[in-house]
Amino acid sequence: MKDISIKELENTATRMRMKVVDMIYKAQSGHPGGSLSAADFMTACYFYDMNVDPANPRWPDRDRMVLSKGHVCPIQYACLATRGFFPEEELDTLRKEGSKLQGHPSMNKCPGIDISTGSLGQGLACGVGMALAGKLDKKDYRVYVVVGDGEAQEGEIWEAANTAHKYALDNLVVFVDVNGLQLDGTTDQVMPNGDLGEKFKAFGFDVTYLDGHDMAAIVKALDDCRASRNGRPKALIAKTVKGKGVSYMEDQVGWHGVAPNKEQYEQAMAELRAQLKA
Amino acid sequence: MSELKKIATREGFGEEIAALGHENPDILVVDVDIGKSCKTGKFRAELPEQYINVGIAEQNGAGVAAGLATCGKIPFVVTYAVFGSLRMAEMIRQEVCYPDLNVKLACSHGGVTPANDGASHQCIEDMGVLRTFPNMTVIMPADYNAAKKLVREAANTYGPMYLRFTRDAVAQVYGPDEQFTIGKAKQLRDGKDVSIIANGDTVILAIEAAETLAAKGISARVLDMHTIKPLDVEAVAACVNDTGRIITVEDHNILNGLGSAVCEVVAEMGKGIVKRVGIQDQFGQSAPYERLLAMNGITVENIVSIAETL
Repeated sequence: MKDISIKELENTATRMRMKVVDMIYKAQSGHPGGSLSAADFMTACYFYDMNVDPANPRWPDRDRMVLSKGHVCPIQYACLATRGFFPEEELDTLRKEGSKLQGHPSMNKCPGIDISTGSLGQGLACGVGMALAGKLDKKDYRVYVVVGDGEAQEGEIWEAANTAHKYALDNLVVFVDVNGLQLDGTTDQVMPNGDLGEKFKAFGFDVTYLDGHDMAAIVKALDDCRASRNGRPKALIAKTVKGKGVSYMEDQVGWHGVAPNKEQYEQAMAELRAQLKA
Repeated sequence: MSELKKIATREGFGEEIAALGHENPDILVVDVDIGKSCKTGKFRAELPEQYINVGIAEQNGAGVAAGLATCGKIPFVVTYAVFGSLRMAEMIRQEVCYPDLNVKLACSHGGVTPANDGASHQCIEDMGVLRTFPNMTVIMPADYNAAKKLVREAANTYGPMYLRFTRDAVAQVYGPDEQFTIGKAKQLRDGKDVSIIANGDTVILAIEAAETLAAKGISARVLDMHTIKPLDVEAVAACVNDTGRIITVEDHNILNGLGSAVCEVVAEMGKGIVKRVGIQDQFGQSAPYERLLAMNGITVENIVSIAETL
């Protein structure tokens, strides 16, 4: 895959987190917690693993990304802008009238968005459709779907998992962002998920557990998924911290869908800047 | 032509989708385990590479179709009207209509045509629900030949579309060479006193009512409004201007279906009067198809009676 060091990927992830905080602060609206928990995986996909072409966003042979937990789109917008899908200045338009950057991603407004999402539980089925089309057309592209652990309470996720198994979609990778929190509380309080890895195994997936903030582990998992052509879809069960990288947001239910004020913004940016490695 | 054998419009869908699949390898069927009943058996047997069955999982079926459509496929999601319009409704809204993807929702068992199945399977809300989704086209063919032609038109026209078919056999109205355009009503008979606008399995009732009215000296125009969205506004306006009086007839709730769509146009014109014949906002039961229509006043006699007093 792309020749980029783990350290550079880690610094890129930190820069993506800074853009997320900056966007949501300027919009005074958005979902920082889940955007930050998914930042390392999203960075690894867009800057290491995925074959995409910013000049041709609908290139038929591209790898696809489905952000099933669509509310964390600030992290995807940060990655897309940095990869050159649209000018970085447009990140300042998040959630504003007329913007490409809708509150939840729209494929017909924003280049690089492969399917519109926002209503939880629906993205995996769409990803299954894309992966199935790849198999029908004998194309070699990969499909990534990011699912939240709270979102895994939706029944359609499991209907789609059945279908991925039936059609032997080894070109499909589900990244489960296990940050343990959802809007109304912890996942254990609201609706305990049990072991999501065991559930995906029972549905016929190859399952890998990993630390969702360990860049080397993410890169290895992506390499392993890409190398495996065994007819089984892949699930990466990533233990993450909601709000990762900003001390006062980490593991706090209250930072699901709230924008920082000026003081909090400045603290967050200073903390993230300090995480950049020389 | 009503002397011809009655045949369910789902049979027309089954024939035509198989023919289309042979012509275009991007045309796929996404079944949810009621393919036999919805007449995809021929497609499945002849085109196994283009046939997908996701099991009893309607929500997932809609999402899979959306994903396929982003990759240039033309998936026909096939189920019953009640499941396609209601169980899948939010997925159709979010993942098909909002992204404006080329997914076709082809549903048998429209209206009370699954008569013996009872209220759970009779669908009186579907066209109303789906016509409120932006980007969606909503179609109900009147008979077997219309079903074949409109399925072909749908396959060859980009965009989200809902096609509604009958479970039970219905009379044949059209010959095999009749041509249809999505969004353009078919005028089956001209008249100057009253217009009867119908669709689907009630078109035959409108024709028979017009024949009865003619014998009584009342001249009735008959329109087959096979597409209720986009509605043929010009044809409705012409009915208002030429006849002043309109009767709508549909195998659907009188709320939010064809009758409502016609009323919206007429009300904004500020002249004309509309009477709606359709399901009287009530659930059905297991009963013969004609009895279910009669319980709701969807009969030739009632249409004639309304025309005489309008």
